Parts: sequence; C-alpha cells; structure tokens
Amino acid sequence: MKILVVDDFSTMRRIIKNLLRDLGYTNTEEADDGITALPMLQTGRFDFLVTDWNMPGMTGLDLLKEVRKDASLVGMPVLMVTAESKREQIIEAAQAGVNGYVVKPFTAATLKEKIDKIFERVES
Amino acid sequence: MVDMETRNDLLEKAKQLVTSLESGDDEAATNTLEQLADFSENDLFREVGRLTRELHEAINGFLLDAKITDLAQREIPDASERLTYVITMTEKSANTTLGAVEESLPLANELGEKATELSGKWDLFRERKMTVDDFRILSGDLTSFLSIAKSHSKSLHGNLSSVLLAQDFQDLTGQIIRQVIALVTDIEDKLVQLVRISGAKMPEKKYESDENKLEGPIVPGVEQGDVVEGQDDVDDLLSSLGF
Repeated sequence: MKILVVDDFSTMRRIIKNLLRDLGYTNTEEADDGITALPMLQTGRFDFLVTDWNMPGMTGLDLLKEVRKDASLVGMPVLMVTAESKREQIIEAAQAGVNGYVVKPFTAATLKEKIDKIFERVES
Repeated sequence: MVDMETRNDLLEKAKQLVTSLESGDDEAATNTLEQLADFSENDLFREVGRLTRELHEAINGFLLDAKITDLAQREIPDASERLTYVITMTEKSANTTLGAVEESLPLANELGEKATELSGKWDLFRERKMTVDDFRILSGDLTSFLSIAKSHSKSLHGNLSSVLLAQDFQDLTGQIIRQVIALVTDIEDKLVQLVRISGAKMPEKKYESDENKLEGPIVPGVEQGDVVEGQDDVDDLLSSLGF
C-alpha cells in the first residue's frame, strides 16, 4: 500500500505521514501541490491519495477532478484533509468524487476511522 | 438665515421694484430684478465657498497627518514582514517538535518491546521454569536492557525538553500579532475618516459569500458563511448525501 500525501505545508505532511506510520502505513511519499502530485500519481505507483484543498498551483479539488478524469486513476481512493468547512464546499468535493473528508484540526482517531472506512468500502 | 441689514436692503429693493413696475419704468425694474438675483447668487456662492474651504482643509489635514504616510510607507510593509516572521517561527517550532517526536517514538517503542520480551522471560524465572543456561542469557539481556533504558531515557528527556522550549513561539508570535491587530485598527480608523470626508455613506455591513474563495480554518467570531461545526457535522452532511 503506497500513499501520496499532498499538502503545501511541510509540517502538515510530516504530521500526516507520522499518523499514517502509526496506523501501519509506512510506504508514503509527499507532494506540495496538485501540479507536482498529478505526474507522481500518473506513474501508477500509488494506491491511495491524501490531499489538502487550498494549495497554490493546483488545488486539491482540481487534483481530485484530474484524478477522476484519468482512466488509470479513476478508481483511486481519495481522502481530503482540509480546513475548508463550508457546506457547499463539502458537497462540491463529494460531487467531484471524494471518498472521505476530514476537517482540520483533526485527531489521529478521526484519520484512522476515515481511512478504515474507505478501505472497507473499496474492498467490499 | 439672512441678517437684519440684508433683510432691510432686500425689502428696499422689493419696494423699488414695485414702484418701478407701477410707474412703468421697465429699465429701472429690470435693473432692480438683476440686483435681487445677484443677491441670491452671492448667498449660494458664499455657501459653496465655505463648503469647498472646509473640504479642502479636511483633505489637507488628512494628507498632512504624518501617520498616513508612515502607515503606507513603513508600517504596512513592516506588518507583512512581521507576519511572515510569524509563519517562519511557527514552522520552525513545528519542525523542532516533529523532529523530537520522530526521534523519540522509536526509542519508546524499543523500550516497550524489550521490556515485554524480558518480562516474559522473567516470569519463567520466577516460576522456576528456567535452566541455568537460559538464566545466563537472561542476565546478559537484563544488563544490556538496563544500559539501553539509561541511555534512551536520557535521549527522551532531551527530546521532551526541546519540545518544551519549542513552544516559546506562542509568546513571541502573540506579541507580533497583537501589534499587527493594532495597526489594522488604526488603518480602519483612517479609512472611516476618509469615507467621512468624501461624504459617502458607510455601506451596511453585510457578509457576501464568494463561492470561489477558500475560507480556510474556522475562526470563532468571524462570519464565514454556512460552515460546519466540526467533523461530526461533516459526517452528517456526507451521510445525508449517501456516503
């Protein structure tokens, strides 16, 4: 299981990577926005995407839309971890095909719960 | 208001006009009429003059306020610098903390794993189920565990101390942010003055949501539109959408 963590703040990437490692996901890589993340995803090396929304260059929502447009990535589970909390935005992300939505600040338990839920659904 | 002298003057001119009209002296009547018209124009011009002077003085006073130039030339760029420094400081602190935690977690794990392993063997010894050879091995393991425990607890103590020290950013960034808040309040006052001079009515405060604007974190006390209260709200919303 290889996971790509996308966030423009390096500290947030480190926090998420550490939490993922605690959950047993040790194989992770980082990108600082959608523009760097997309070609990494297109190499086909990743099984799961965790992304922030508000980033310079390409936002997480645009990245999600690109992923859903790409035939080889269309089924990739995507978890959005973001501070964006407007109802209409959450609905927009859901419509764009996000698999889970975690608002910052979040706890390790919330992250675990959402990831478990996504994999349960993917496997079933 | 018209003063007494002007009033008498006006009355005099009005009487002259009536007299001229009655006597059929058209030329004198026209002349008097023009004088009367001049009178009201003079009054209007005086009023416009007064307002212009007041406006001029107000604008001059505003521009001469050294604080404005200072705000634009020094304090606003300064504030940007300060806020950038806040980001730098918080980032540095977060990195120091994360570094210490990343270094400590494996140490704590190793101590835990080794202690579990030893406690299993120790139980065997207490139940007298251990051979002499196994005890020799256990004795060696204990010696090395005690030395690891000593050095790891020292490292853990050092890492925790650096986490503690890394929290000094809160005080420093708090002071800087307070200064910037004071500056923003100052600018708000000046802008209100400017609006007053220009005579425009202050528009009513109204929150307008820009659909494309990303609001960022929820800030208590700041109107940010229709936002969720937390993760539970997000979950409810998504489940209502069939998630």
